[in-house]
Amino acid sequence: MIKKNTLITYGGLALFGVFGPILFPDYTLSIAYLWMMVLMASTWDILGGQMGYNSLGNITFFGAGMYISAIVQISMFYDGGMAEYTSAMGSIKPEFTDTEYFNGLYLGIICAGVAALLISLIFSTFMFGLRGPYFAIGSLGLAIAAAELTITMDYVGGASGISMPLFPGDIEFRSTFFYILCFVLAIIAHFLLRWLYSTQFGLAINAIRDDEDKAEAMGIPTLIYKQIGWGIAAFFMGCIGAIAGNMAGFIDKEVAYPIPTFGIFMVAMVLLGGKGTLWGPVLGAIIFHVIKETTWTYLLNLQWVALGLILIINIVYFQQGLMGWLQTKYPEMFGIVVDESQKSAKSEAK
Amino acid sequence: MLDNLQLLFVWAPIINIQVILEGIFVGAVFALSAYGLALVWGVMNIKNLAQGDFVIMGGYLALALSSANIPLPLILLIVIAFMFVYGWGVYVLMIRRILDQDMFVSLLATFGLSLLMQQVMNLIFGPEVQTIDMELPNWDLFDNMVTIPSSKVISLGLAAVIATAVVIFMKKSRAGQAIRATAQDPRAARVLGIDTDKVYAFTFAFNSALCGAAGVLVSIIWVIQPFYGITYSVRSFAIVTAAGLGNLPGVISAAFGIGLFEKYVGMIIGTAYEVAAPVSILVMVLIWRQISMKRNRQVVR
Repeated sequence: MIKKNTLITYGGLALFGVFGPILFPDYTLSIAYLWMMVLMASTWDILGGQMGYNSLGNITFFGAGMYISAIVQISMFYDGGMAEYTSAMGSIKPEFTDTEYFNGLYLGIICAGVAALLISLIFSTFMFGLRGPYFAIGSLGLAIAAAELTITMDYVGGASGISMPLFPGDIEFRSTFFYILCFVLAIIAHFLLRWLYSTQFGLAINAIRDDEDKAEAMGIPTLIYKQIGWGIAAFFMGCIGAIAGNMAGFIDKEVAYPIPTFGIFMVAMVLLGGKGTLWGPVLGAIIFHVIKETTWTYLLNLQWVALGLILIINIVYFQQGLMGWLQTKYPEMFGIVVDESQKSAKSEAK
Repeated sequence: MLDNLQLLFVWAPIINIQVILEGIFVGAVFALSAYGLALVWGVMNIKNLAQGDFVIMGGYLALALSSANIPLPLILLIVIAFMFVYGWGVYVLMIRRILDQDMFVSLLATFGLSLLMQQVMNLIFGPEVQTIDMELPNWDLFDNMVTIPSSKVISLGLAAVIATAVVIFMKKSRAGQAIRATAQDPRAARVLGIDTDKVYAFTFAFNSALCGAAGVLVSIIWVIQPFYGITYSVRSFAIVTAAGLGNLPGVISAAFGIGLFEKYVGMIIGTAYEVAAPVSILVMVLIWRQISMKRNRQVVR
């Protein structure tokens, strides 16, 4: 049963998603990044909010997906192979036909997602014995190690990066095309998560968050649930990484493993919106993106300072996030029934 | 890689001395910042991801002071005093509010601080790689096979002096005793009349001052750049996770171990892997600790 408010929200978002780029064609790519950030925040929240595992390393899958899709796209239709392409440092500009390019791109995105999923399965065998801050530090270590190891691999261009194949078509079609990819992927992720949180899976990962030892004692196969949760996040991060790589047109360590930017933004967005809720990350991502774009435009040179300040203020002073604040302020909006007698008893006890 | 191994162990084993010395110089600086991290982590359960940025900030302060022709010992003292005040300020504005929060909050808040400090330093000092040129002679030993810059020896000596001072301070002084008492049991310490809030503030400021001192040494012997901080943070975390909290001999030996490991990896596999080395050590230590705890069905908390 979908409530009326939810329907209105979906309708509004869908209208914005469809007509936004038509009304503001200059901002198409910016809105595409908005959906990308919505996706990142929502998938981070699977572990961070719903399961209580705060990962700082989800960006690893983003970078891995980006590089894997580049390898697939280039080595599939370029005869000289990947090593020759990267060693030429962008001087080779192969002419792909439209079908070649798009087939390569779609295959690249899917391969990136699947490969990221497999990587997360490998990592999860040894990462999920870490709890709390150790998981955060360990996953951050993974991300940094992945970034540092990437620049030593000549096969993927090392420190000089890879220039992605040129998009066939004019620049407006290009931005619209990537916009649609981001938007569709964000919608798929959102509805998948919406369905997942309403199933037993949602209950199980919430149980893991609340008390993992008890959850295990109750017979929940915690490791498998954790692996599934991280795997879903990794799959979407890999796909969006592949899209982002093609959107950027050139990938290197800084683009593929943006640990201080997107790696931390996705956490900040979730905290801003309120973690552990379905809508919190979406709301947080939208607000964060608007703030980011405004500071980018009006506070040139100071934009990073402003973002750091926002992060600190958000975390130190405003932790429950917008959704959490709304829930305590207007509980009836969320279908939470507050027992008035208990409430007054509590205030009397104070 | 095989060539490098042969060079090290067959053709010119004397180069080992160079690598070991470099590792010791590196380790001495790591030990200072790692000890500060262990202190803050152990006393107030704050995981400071801005540790490396405190180091870099100390380095930039030293750089600014040295351009005014102030002698090195005075620079060190001024930087320590300034960073102490700065750390106190950060505690009052930020850390005090996240003390009893979820542990992840401290990681994220200090990451925000790290981002902020990086960018402010970037705005003030520019993104170039800089260093203090002391114009000190190099010493050549063993037929010029081993070169030791005397600035590195001086910095090693200074690090030793600072570390000794810290050890004596923690063991003998009343403030050191108060810090150790608070680390053991904050509630009992409060009952016995220790102002734990002040102890926390002092500990954080003390950590900041230690990092600042390490930063002065870094700016003398290597280069500093606004965004180099994160590698020092990661090294500190690697050292502390390997050594355990409140274990000073452990922290120092782990710091030297990681310094040596890094330099040997750089020598044998290639300098490109030098940054990845401490990170992979961190991940490996975490995995190893997990495996050893899994036998008793425990997890790393």
